[in-house]
Amino acid sequence: MKLSRIIANTGEWLSGAGPHDQIVVSSRVRLARNLKGKPFPGWAKKVERVAVLEEVRAAVEQLPEMEESFSEKLEDLSALEKQVLVERHLISREHAAKGAGSAVVMNTSQTLSFMINEEDHLRMQAIRAGLQLDEVYAMINQTDSELEDALDFAFHNDLGYLTACPTNVGTGMRASAMMHLPGLVMSEQVNKIINSVNKIGLAVRGLHGEGTEAMGNLFQVSNQTTLGETEEEIIGRLNKVIFQILEHEQNARQILLQQRAETLLDQIGRAYGILCHAHSITSKEALNLLSFIKMGVDLGLFPSNNRLHVDELFIETQPAHLQKGLQVAKLGAEERDSLRAALIRTKLKQMPEPEIGKIPTNGSPTTSTSSTSETSEES
Amino acid sequence: MFCDVCKSKEATVFLTQIVDGKMQKVNLCESCSKEKGVNDPTGFALADLLLGLGAAQEIDKNPAGNRCPVCGFSQADFKKTGRLGCSACYDAFAEGLSGMLKNMHRGSVHTGKVPAKLRAGRLRSKELVELQASLQKAVEEEHFEEAASIRDKIRTLEEEVRAEEAELIAIKERTSEVNRIAAPVASEASQDLSVPKPRKQP
Ligand SMILES: [Zn+2]
Ligand SMILES: [Zn+2]
Repeated sequence: MKLSRIIANTGEWLSGAGPHDQIVVSSRVRLARNLKGKPFPGWAKKVERVAVLEEVRAAVEQLPEMEESFSEKLEDLSALEKQVLVERHLISREHAAKGAGSAVVMNTSQTLSFMINEEDHLRMQAIRAGLQLDEVYAMINQTDSELEDALDFAFHNDLGYLTACPTNVGTGMRASAMMHLPGLVMSEQVNKIINSVNKIGLAVRGLHGEGTEAMGNLFQVSNQTTLGETEEEIIGRLNKVIFQILEHEQNARQILLQQRAETLLDQIGRAYGILCHAHSITSKEALNLLSFIKMGVDLGLFPSNNRLHVDELFIETQPAHLQKGLQVAKLGAEERDSLRAALIRTKLKQMPEPEIGKIPTNGSPTTSTSSTSETSEES
Repeated sequence: MFCDVCKSKEATVFLTQIVDGKMQKVNLCESCSKEKGVNDPTGFALADLLLGLGAAQEIDKNPAGNRCPVCGFSQADFKKTGRLGCSACYDAFAEGLSGMLKNMHRGSVHTGKVPAKLRAGRLRSKELVELQASLQKAVEEEHFEEAASIRDKIRTLEEEVRAEEAELIAIKERTSEVNRIAAPVASEASQDLSVPKPRKQP
């Protein structure tokens, strides 16, 4: 199957539905595996890498769940195609930089993807919409078990699955959830959360950019340690923390509505105004403004049937996606910025102005500042 | 003499431990010894402390441990890239890695998924460890007949395990060429000779 046909469709993790998908955009589990007795990709000679590639690729392609799939050597993909896969979280930035001896295999719904000869011989991931780490782990765990028949994975009696980097040894598992946290960023609580989560061996990172500089208020919560706990224990711990962050985000939004409704509406209104009328916009500005629109949809200010359009814009406004339909070699930053603005204008044309009256009024009189919420309802 | 941990206060606690036939010494100040749990003998392992202090240096002192016998990867390569050369590196650099892994992770033993084909062997080696402990106990308590029967059980089990490991040995033999190249590396001076370099990818 051709890559262009696969990427013509939005991946399931973006277009699909899942529990708590307003705040938890997607759940992903990645497993790192290596073949017994073969040097890791970073240390292997090219012939050795190619041999591993052939062996692993054949095993992956014959999996029943990969009947409808795309499989290609990285050297046969253009820079633009690789970048598109990175922007969709199907391969890593590091993998995209690899040449001969590496490959990517993925299914059509883009829920399963395999990086061959990234840092490890095989990195496989499952990704789905919303908070469903258990389901996603079950998916990738089954695939891993099926692959065991064909491939001999490097496994140590005490250390478990052996990986090129000691930080992944043991389960070789990295589980993560992508969360949209504008409420915590606006109320300046996000750093506190990041710090306390880091203390318990989990990590919160900005999806594009670190800490408070995270663009689009998108954060990735993941496990940092892989040795000494079972896969289920790690995911259990992660789930607990994600639920807490989810609750904090909901509370933060509630408090913003009660105490700073005017600011909130101002931000969403300005975001709408700029996005509908801009003729040149950078990726960073676009993501940050789209984040307010997304929150606006969550709060009921925009009809919910616009949700997918907004979510898609987070991906479609990325540099490689902007260019993928065009027959030009490479656009300059300025051309991209105007192309991006035009795309957003077109997509948001179908979206009505924010309906201020729809803002959920809160029924707890003890904390809400009635004056501001009244003003917002009248205007 | 200064404390080996904080390097600022006077050392007042001197410890010696024999690990693998080598004597290791460590000198600590009052507060660091308390912090490291030296007063509590069950909670303290000198090796951990030493590895924590400078695992890399420990390995550097031991020329045989400088390179992985299977893939020829060196400790210096690891310092440079933060990645290992092959799965056998985990055994080659085990001493230095154990301290690092302890700091990095929540435990030092894998408790998660095991590939189906290895599950039986893994159970067996667990059994082996238990048998060895009871053998030692039997010997200490001078129950020699019991000890002899435990020893027989251990031998049978070991043979089974050995059969399963035959494949691994075969792999090691196949890489004997690398071994031959890496073997002469006994002194620091010859370190840069004829060891495969990581191929830069275009
Ligand atoms: Zn001290
Ligand atoms: Zn090695």
